[in-house]
Amino acid sequence: MAREKGVVLLDFWVSPFGQRVRIALAEKGVDYEYKEQDLFNKSEHLLKSNPVYKKIPVLLHDGKPICESLIIVQYIDEVWSDKAPLLPDEPLARANARFWADFIDKKVYECGTRLWKLKGEEQEAAKKEFVEIFKLLQGELGDRKFFGGETFGFLDLALVPFVAWFYAYETFAKFSMDEECPKIVAWAKRCMERESVSKTLSDPNKVYEFVLFLKEKFGVEY
Amino acid sequence: MERSVKLHGHWASLFVHRVQLALHLKGVKYEFIEEDLENKSSSLLLYNPVYKKVPVLVHGDCPVAESLVILRYVDDVWKDNPIMPVDDPYEHAMVSFWCHFVDNKLSKSFGAAIRTSGEEQAKAIEEFHQNLMFLEQKLAEKGSKFFGGEKIDMLDIVIGCGCHWFKAVEELSGLKLIDPNLFPHFLEWKQNFIESQEVKEVIPPFEKLTDYAKSIYKKILGHDNN
Repeated sequence: MAREKGVVLLDFWVSPFGQRVRIALAEKGVDYEYKEQDLFNKSEHLLKSNPVYKKIPVLLHDGKPICESLIIVQYIDEVWSDKAPLLPDEPLARANARFWADFIDKKVYECGTRLWKLKGEEQEAAKKEFVEIFKLLQGELGDRKFFGGETFGFLDLALVPFVAWFYAYETFAKFSMDEECPKIVAWAKRCMERESVSKTLSDPNKVYEFVLFLKEKFGVEY
Repeated sequence: MERSVKLHGHWASLFVHRVQLALHLKGVKYEFIEEDLENKSSSLLLYNPVYKKVPVLVHGDCPVAESLVILRYVDDVWKDNPIMPVDDPYEHAMVSFWCHFVDNKLSKSFGAAIRTSGEEQAKAIEEFHQNLMFLEQKLAEKGSKFFGGEKIDMLDIVIGCGCHWFKAVEELSGLKLIDPNLFPHFLEWKQNFIESQEVKEVIPPFEKLTDYAKSIYKKILGHDNN
């Protein structure tokens, strides 16, 4: 079977991992075909393209699949290297960006999920942990405009899609990111001034509705 | 003037071995600082405040933590004997993907297989086999000595440095983790790795590591039974 030419993204509208890839493609001005996937009834195309994890996002470049959002973003950065560099050039800065992106991947989504899935003491523990995670990230950001310094880069892109989930997390777990991590909230506003980010991130109200849908589907009381 | 290279580690840590092997393959001289993991040095805690773990590479006075991040850093700085594909973004992405797979999906399924019992364990072992089969097929397709071809690459380093655990668990528990009939290429690759000159020059002897892994495994079993 002939390989389909061009760039195709298999994705799910609200996925923060998929949004990382969409932001990267927008930053680089790459034309691509977006294919929305039904995650509750996965297509043959998705299962064949990502047999290991069976997850989105998957980028297909001239028919060849690349999986795992941060790996896809680094691939995009290397292929379309003429515009908007995402990873810094300097090895130590690259290592730092990779370290913190890996930290975000290990901690943020899983902890965030516990904020709406659990109740009582377990939810309180998750809230404490979530705030600690973002306080660490806030420390790493310091007084810089972006995690990348003056320019928006890899680490900013790795984290910013989760900002759309703050409203849902704050509502279910009863806390305020503006109070707990004001520098992160200010950084998020600066990111949203970029078209690649503002046009990609989900509306926080829609994310909240999606979490309500998940709670109903998985039988979590609310 | 060249900056100093120090590696905070522990003689038996497979994560530390990864970095030692990469530095050795590139001919980089470094000072090894053995850490007492029950009583970590103030330097280690300063250099890796997030996880407080080994390995940490300190280049000049700049620390780099997390073994996969360190391996990429070493490859970025010292260009001799690359451990990642050069000038090939797709192959680069593939090696990154499989290294991430080893440290996430494969190792989680291995952990589940050795920590559970009964029906739960049977399921966990089946999942481990499904995961290992991806690597078996990769080796069968490639038909070469290592994942990196004739030379060791980052994926060889990442799986190779942990492979003594399979033997340790099989010998201690009697579990048939890696059936030679199902995984002939993987077992051949494993022999190639542990017998390679560079690996023997830097990694402690396979038998010594297997014994150490058994002592850790005994503690895990003892702890889980309490």
